Amino acid sequence: MSHDTGTRERRDDPEGQSVVRFDHVGLRYDLGPEVFRDIGFTLPRGSFHFLTGGSGAGKSSVLGLCYLALRPTRGGISLFGHDVTRLPRRLLPRLRRRMGVVFQDFRLIDHLSAMDNVALPLRVSGAPEADIRRHVPELLAWVGLADHLNAKPPTLSGGQKQRVAIARAVINRPDLLLADEPTGNVDDRIGMRLLHLFEELNKMGTTVLIATHNEQLVQRFPYGRLHLDAGRLTWHGVGDPPPDRATAVPPRPRQS
Amino acid sequence: MHSDLPLARDKTAMLVPVLVGVMVFLAVLAAAGALALGNILEDWRRDVSGSLTAQVPPVPGLGEASRVATDERVAQAAAVLRAQPGVASVRVLAEAELMALVEPWIGTGELVRDLPMPRLLDITLKPGAAARANPGQLAQALREAVPGATVDEHRLWLGRLMDLGEALGALGLAVVLVVSGATAVAVTHATRAALATYRPVIEVLHMIGAQDEYIARQFARSALLQGLKGGMGGFMLALPTLAGVGLLADRVEAGLVPSVSLSALDWAVLLLLPLGAAGLAMLTARLTVLRTLACMP
Repeated sequence: MSHDTGTRERRDDPEGQSVVRFDHVGLRYDLGPEVFRDIGFTLPRGSFHFLTGGSGAGKSSVLGLCYLALRPTRGGISLFGHDVTRLPRRLLPRLRRRMGVVFQDFRLIDHLSAMDNVALPLRVSGAPEADIRRHVPELLAWVGLADHLNAKPPTLSGGQKQRVAIARAVINRPDLLLADEPTGNVDDRIGMRLLHLFEELNKMGTTVLIATHNEQLVQRFPYGRLHLDAGRLTWHGVGDPPPDRATAVPPRPRQS
Repeated sequence: MHSDLPLARDKTAMLVPVLVGVMVFLAVLAAAGALALGNILEDWRRDVSGSLTAQVPPVPGLGEASRVATDERVAQAAAVLRAQPGVASVRVLAEAELMALVEPWIGTGELVRDLPMPRLLDITLKPGAAARANPGQLAQALREAVPGATVDEHRLWLGRLMDLGEALGALGLAVVLVVSGATAVAVTHATRAALATYRPVIEVLHMIGAQDEYIARQFARSALLQGLKGGMGGFMLALPTLAGVGLLADRVEAGLVPSVSLSALDWAVLLLLPLGAAGLAMLTARLTVLRTLACMP
């Protein structure tokens, strides 16, 4: 994890410390009803949040908006201080390269080996092949896949695929890590190990947002929490959402 | 160069090379036919344009008197012809030559000498004047000077043959155009179909921050390779077919069908077909990927 893409110097943050900011965001798919509306929150740089809520509450949509797969139908989203609703499309790849995303369905490329899958973000940003050969096996070994460097995703178990997906998300040491149920397919021991990996990254400055419905996990880590309920953000703070769902405390950046 | 795509290894990937191959095969055959026909016509044009033959009927009667009269007429006809613009030279075929011409049919002998045989004059046109010389005018001048004399135009029947040839050539060209158009459509669709399979890959590359150009380049490169593979395959398959047709044409033999041949330039034109098809596959892949990506935020 000693890889440095050289992006650290370029980190501009014209709006201060926010990495992700949602402002009265509404989203609807085509002409359907709004999946959610009036979502507003800020993820300060270096913060660590869980995104919780029942299935269908809109967790994946919030993440999709963050990694620019979706565009909000209302409101504004800013990433790294850039208003993404006004940013020209050709500049979006640059923002995406500053993020690591762990998709719920992994989205590994089946015909590429585990190594090549993890190497993708480096190749896309034009990293030298020598760096790739050094860092990728290192990271895969760290997530316990040293023996599966050349395995194709279809031959891997669900948990193994998930770890490949996570390795791909973090190989670039992203500024923002977004993960959709990253511990859904692994046993507790590996789940904890992965969470510690995210903590490590967070300590190095990465802002982390993890969507999960694993209450145990949320309880075990003293981090911030965004709770969605039926398309509304009902809690933003540390600990359990209060039962009356009316209160919302302002975000608290995690100190590291 | 590194590629994140499996295009060369995929099952659906065979679609593009096979289609390109078949289309290029057909296009090469049609184009080769049109070009070879064009060459034949060119040869004919060269043969035809250089010379005309005039015929002077003999003065009726036997014996020396009519022979002398005929000679006079021939000399008169030659004089008239030489005076015509565009005529380089006129040669009167000697009696011996005429005998030689008819010998295969009627043999030799004293009697033959007495046959009322027309005399022939070989007219050579000035180079370059061939196109401008008006055979009709020439024939008329001759007819006025020497009654019954005619200009026998190879041109007339060869001209008709050439009309037919040119029509066939145009037909060949039309076939090339139609096949090329069909190739374009087939290659475009095959490439698109192949790319549809890779949409998830395109999405992943897009999501991890690949520039559109990075993604499009990879697909374009692999489409180019596949197009080349298929195109050259089709081209290679067309070669023995062309050789076979050439062999058959040769066996029809001399004179009737001029030897069929293609020049280096013709081969270059034919080679453009597979290259063009491959280029088209590449362009289609590129545009398709870019269009797919444009729909992604």
